[in-house]
Amino acid sequence: MNLYAIRAIYLFELARTWRTLLQSIATPVISTSLYFVVFGSAIGSSMAQVHGVSYGAFIVPGLIMLALLTESISNASFGIYMPRYAGTIYEVLSAPISPLEIVIGYVGAAATKSVILGVVILLTARLFVDFEIAHPVWMLAYLLLTAFTFSLFGFIVGLWADGWEKLQVVPALIVTPLTFLGGAFYSISMLPELWQTITLFNPVVYLISAFRWTFYGVADVNVALSFAMTGVFLVACLAVVSWMFRTGYRLKN
Amino acid sequence: MSAIIHIDQLGKTYSSGHTALSDISLDIQEGEIFALLGPNGAGKTTLISIVCGIVNPGSGRVLVGGHDIVRDYRASRGLIGLVPQELVNDVFETVWATVSFSRGLFGKKPNPAYIEQLLKELSLWDKRDAKLIELSGGMKRRVMIAKALSHEPRVLFLDEPTAGVDVELRRDMWAMVRRLRERGVTVILTTHYIEEAEEMADRIGIIRKGELILVEDKAVLMQRLGRKELILHLKEPLSALPDSLVPFRLERIEEGHGLRYPFDSQDEDSGIPRLLTALAAAGIELRDLKSKESSLEDIFVSLLKEGV
Ligand SMILES: Nc1ncnc2c1ncn2[C@@H]1O[C@H](COP(=O)(O)OP(=O)(O)OP(=O)(O)O)[C@@H](O)[C@H]1O
Ligand SMILES: [Mg+2]
Repeated sequence: MNLYAIRAIYLFELARTWRTLLQSIATPVISTSLYFVVFGSAIGSSMAQVHGVSYGAFIVPGLIMLALLTESISNASFGIYMPRYAGTIYEVLSAPISPLEIVIGYVGAAATKSVILGVVILLTARLFVDFEIAHPVWMLAYLLLTAFTFSLFGFIVGLWADGWEKLQVVPALIVTPLTFLGGAFYSISMLPELWQTITLFNPVVYLISAFRWTFYGVADVNVALSFAMTGVFLVACLAVVSWMFRTGYRLKN
Repeated sequence: MSAIIHIDQLGKTYSSGHTALSDISLDIQEGEIFALLGPNGAGKTTLISIVCGIVNPGSGRVLVGGHDIVRDYRASRGLIGLVPQELVNDVFETVWATVSFSRGLFGKKPNPAYIEQLLKELSLWDKRDAKLIELSGGMKRRVMIAKALSHEPRVLFLDEPTAGVDVELRRDMWAMVRRLRERGVTVILTTHYIEEAEEMADRIGIIRKGELILVEDKAVLMQRLGRKELILHLKEPLSALPDSLVPFRLERIEEGHGLRYPFDSQDEDSGIPRLLTALAAAGIELRDLKSKESSLEDIFVSLLKEGV
């Protein structure tokens, strides 16, 4: 293992976050606060409880997931796209590093940021609503798992993208809608039966449902299934990344 | 001396279908300075990029320090420092941070004392806390050299190190390459400036359309370079050389209107006065005479035109 290299990449990537602290942390905090003002306080006060939880508290896991997914993908994709675009990637390619080490460095840094962000949002939410976490260890474990999985997915996006627009497409046009439709702000049991069935094809439903279970012990879909699906997605991403490095896809001619 | 780089029948065809290298075989000796010359698009950067792991090799095999660049890439890449042709930088990083980053990337333990010495040697010490975006082009190039040397490589590739560089920096660069050589570092550089190859290289390779058409000791090339010739134009054409002129190894040119006399400019005795006396004695009158020197540039240009 080239530990110095992993450390170099990891710290380089985190340094980028500190430089853009306002954008990296403050922006999601502000937007989360806005969600609470609008959905939690204004609308939520006239909403009934969902699964025995106040509406304001009910949306907390979904909001964290929303930020976690979009930020993991955009951070990780930007992290690897930028050196490709600027040409500085030559140095990483010419260094004695294995693909696994490159991935640990870049994806580890992106996932770290996402976890910090998730915790910050959690703390911000606590200022607005009262809630307790039923399974804190599972909550943290699931936070780490999704942060890493989606940072890995973002890394793939950053390797695949051959323009700045494509970098935006996945988080903005795929992940955000899927999250909104994936039960971030409602329980899918509130939907008509047909829509419930259709919704089950939305992978984000499983993520939000499982994460909400770690908070309140209630879930829309089977929790074990959720964990398994996330695991399968992680393995699929790992397979894609290893194929990309084996063939030098978009990295080497 | 043993070969630190062994290139064996290397070929490369890009996915566009363009064959950038065909059947390159070359050994670079440890500690030598090797200059790779060739026109734009000849394949110099492609060759370097393959050895460094940036471009996938096509056919053939490359060993660096005895390690296969594909199977044993960790060992081979660890020996190499690369200064690429393009000036690319992480513009928001400081000089110190980016050079330290490179050292880490190559798996070396941090060594601030070494980095300090390196930056001083490259006149970058005053700029260590400056962001790269604030530096001039020449300074940025120095930073790229510092990055390449940050992990104390045994082989340094310089891809057109002096393109767009002022005279002073060029001299500095040459001096640096010599210092590296004294430490036993092998240097492979590409250049379009023949005087640069003349100035620095121990051996010179010429590449054209992906083929290595000549590899020669600079000394041997310089010998060819040292050869001059005297061209004599005659008033009356000469159908045959008189016996008295035979020892001078003259060659009749332009259907006897001229004579070519080759001589060694480094030789004390060029033989020219004796030749002129002999010509006068044979009653041959001259219209005009001129001497011509073949430069490395001539050799280079003629090689590129004809091949070997
Ligand atoms: N990624 C690529 N895809 C397709 N063709 C390429 C690629 N990179 C280089 N080439 C082609 O390969 C040939 C060799 O290019 P290379 O960059 O190795 O030349 P060079 O000798 O370094 O030239 P220069 O002196 O201009 O730097 C050129 O014809 C170039 O167009
Ligand atoms: Mg080139």
